[in-house]
Amino acid sequence: MRYKLIFRISRALLFARWKQTLIAAIGVTFSITMFITLLGFMTGLNGLLDGLMTNRTAHIRLYNEAKITDVQPIDKYKSYKSSYNFVQSLKPKNDNLKIQNNRGIIQAIKTDERVLGVCPKISTQVFYNAGAVKLNGMINGIEVESEKALFAFEDYMVGGNSNDLQTISNSVILGVGVAKKLLAELGDVIQVTTILGEIINLKVVGMYQTGIAEIDKVQSYASISTTQRILGVSSDFITDIQVKLKDINQAPQMAIEYANLFGTSAIDIQAANSQFETGSSVRSLISYAVGITLLIVAGFGIYNILNMLIYEKMDSIAILKATGFSGKDVSNIFITIALTIGLVGGAFGLLFGFALCNVIDAIPFETDALPTIKTYPINYSIKYYIIAAIFSVVTTYFAGFFPSRKASKIDPVEIIRGK
Amino acid sequence: MTEKILEAKTISKYFHDPKTVQVLKEVSFTINKGEFVSIIGKSGCGKSTLLYILSTMDTDYTGELFIDGQKLTGKKEKELAVIRNEKIGFVFQFHYLLAEFDVLTNVMLPGLKLAKLSKEEVEVNAYQKLKILGIEDQALKKPNQLSGGQKQRVAIARSLINTPLIIMADEPTGNLDFKNGKIVFDIFKEICHEFKQSLLVVTHDNEFANNTDRIIEMQDGIIIKN
Repeated sequence: MRYKLIFRISRALLFARWKQTLIAAIGVTFSITMFITLLGFMTGLNGLLDGLMTNRTAHIRLYNEAKITDVQPIDKYKSYKSSYNFVQSLKPKNDNLKIQNNRGIIQAIKTDERVLGVCPKISTQVFYNAGAVKLNGMINGIEVESEKALFAFEDYMVGGNSNDLQTISNSVILGVGVAKKLLAELGDVIQVTTILGEIINLKVVGMYQTGIAEIDKVQSYASISTTQRILGVSSDFITDIQVKLKDINQAPQMAIEYANLFGTSAIDIQAANSQFETGSSVRSLISYAVGITLLIVAGFGIYNILNMLIYEKMDSIAILKATGFSGKDVSNIFITIALTIGLVGGAFGLLFGFALCNVIDAIPFETDALPTIKTYPINYSIKYYIIAAIFSVVTTYFAGFFPSRKASKIDPVEIIRGK
Repeated sequence: MTEKILEAKTISKYFHDPKTVQVLKEVSFTINKGEFVSIIGKSGCGKSTLLYILSTMDTDYTGELFIDGQKLTGKKEKELAVIRNEKIGFVFQFHYLLAEFDVLTNVMLPGLKLAKLSKEEVEVNAYQKLKILGIEDQALKKPNQLSGGQKQRVAIARSLINTPLIIMADEPTGNLDFKNGKIVFDIFKEICHEFKQSLLVVTHDNEFANNTDRIIEMQDGIIIKN
């Protein structure tokens, strides 16, 4: 009953100056709209740019580095335990790029609850034969199915069918840069020279574009078995194990864990690509700063209008207090006015923000670097809508708090005697 | 035995700006139930100041104030607001009606605030009060559609809505012409006699005061005649 009365008085005062009220609400609407749009657009873009790298990169990569064995046989020999041993001209071992017991490791990682997925990979250098010229290149042997599931492989295909990699033997998906240099088209057969000096024919079943020209110029994909054939190795030869985690932030710690557990080298995505994270967090920070600034400006608008309203309604406040409304009641009335402006303005802001995001989402945005992107990227995460709603309520509450406190302190005697 | 509605004991009040002046000097008096009392005196004698202290709106004084046997001195703002709402009705020189609400709602507001009765019951009461004052046909108009005399009558109806122990009025006829002033006075007289309503009216209109039950005359902050 009490609150109903407070609401009723608030509503009457709101509509008494409905034009100002409307302008205040539009201020909130505008700022929330911009906040949503800005963050949706900015984080959408961030996601796209980060995705360029992070979608394509394993969170943890297990591999063997071609390095010198840390512990030399002489170190294990009892007689020389207490002496300094000098071994000169050490060279890396020949076959240690292969990950030993890779099937076992893959099985072990698959059962880890923190892991989203895991897939093996072989990388090898090749030369693409373009007539007399040999172009430097790299072929990655992949499992198409898991690669599609974990690394959005399909998103970067610009021609052909990635499944053909498994079904057609000696097939290859060329980077667009490579294809351009070789003048190769789908269905053509190209020749590559392996590091062992053999020449192998590969059928082009697809085209591939990462958006990073340097990579597209050298990199191609083949199935694991095709790559093993190129390298002339047995079917258990794997050089990399790629792990994708449920929580990317666990990568550094888990990389160390896996390195110790499996006795291989392991690198996490943060260490490999730290600049991306920095860039996106700074961009988000700027968006938040601009959005919140807009809201605070809107808050000042509400503050002004409430102050005006209080000066104008001084008499009404005085009589309300004289007839038994306490200071708290009066301040509740003005807080209610402020919150109403905030909630209504904010709700429309969320709607308009969503609408504006949809509009931007429909604007064509085509670039060679991003083959699958046709329109501007937008992040529709509910998170930003919740943040915006909370901020609209909090800022309008504070915008109403100070004027309402002033109103609650109005001395009715002064007003009434002043007449 | 007569019942004391309001009792003031040695109330003193100082104004500090621009220099300290004692405007009320140990004023003491009582008002009984059903009495129609007027306070008169020259401008600046402290009669309005006294009224605002009695009304509990001004709490910056020394001495003690009792309404209905309850000591009000030293109570919190919130408690005083509740007492004002329930036990005191106000009529001022200016009507102070809320322009946003119609006449009926203006009358109902203190009743709705008290929340002892349902909205419907308060509405019935409000109509009844407006009827006593002869303006029930104006109930759904906005205050700015009413004449000065009518507005003041609405203000009186508003002061009656919670059937207060006492109605305090500060120059209720000050803004009205002779005819309307007479009407307001007659209404006061009527509610005093018919409903045994206690009234305390500050006025400088001696003719008005002469028709009340008791006159308290003030000069320079003290009561010179009671």
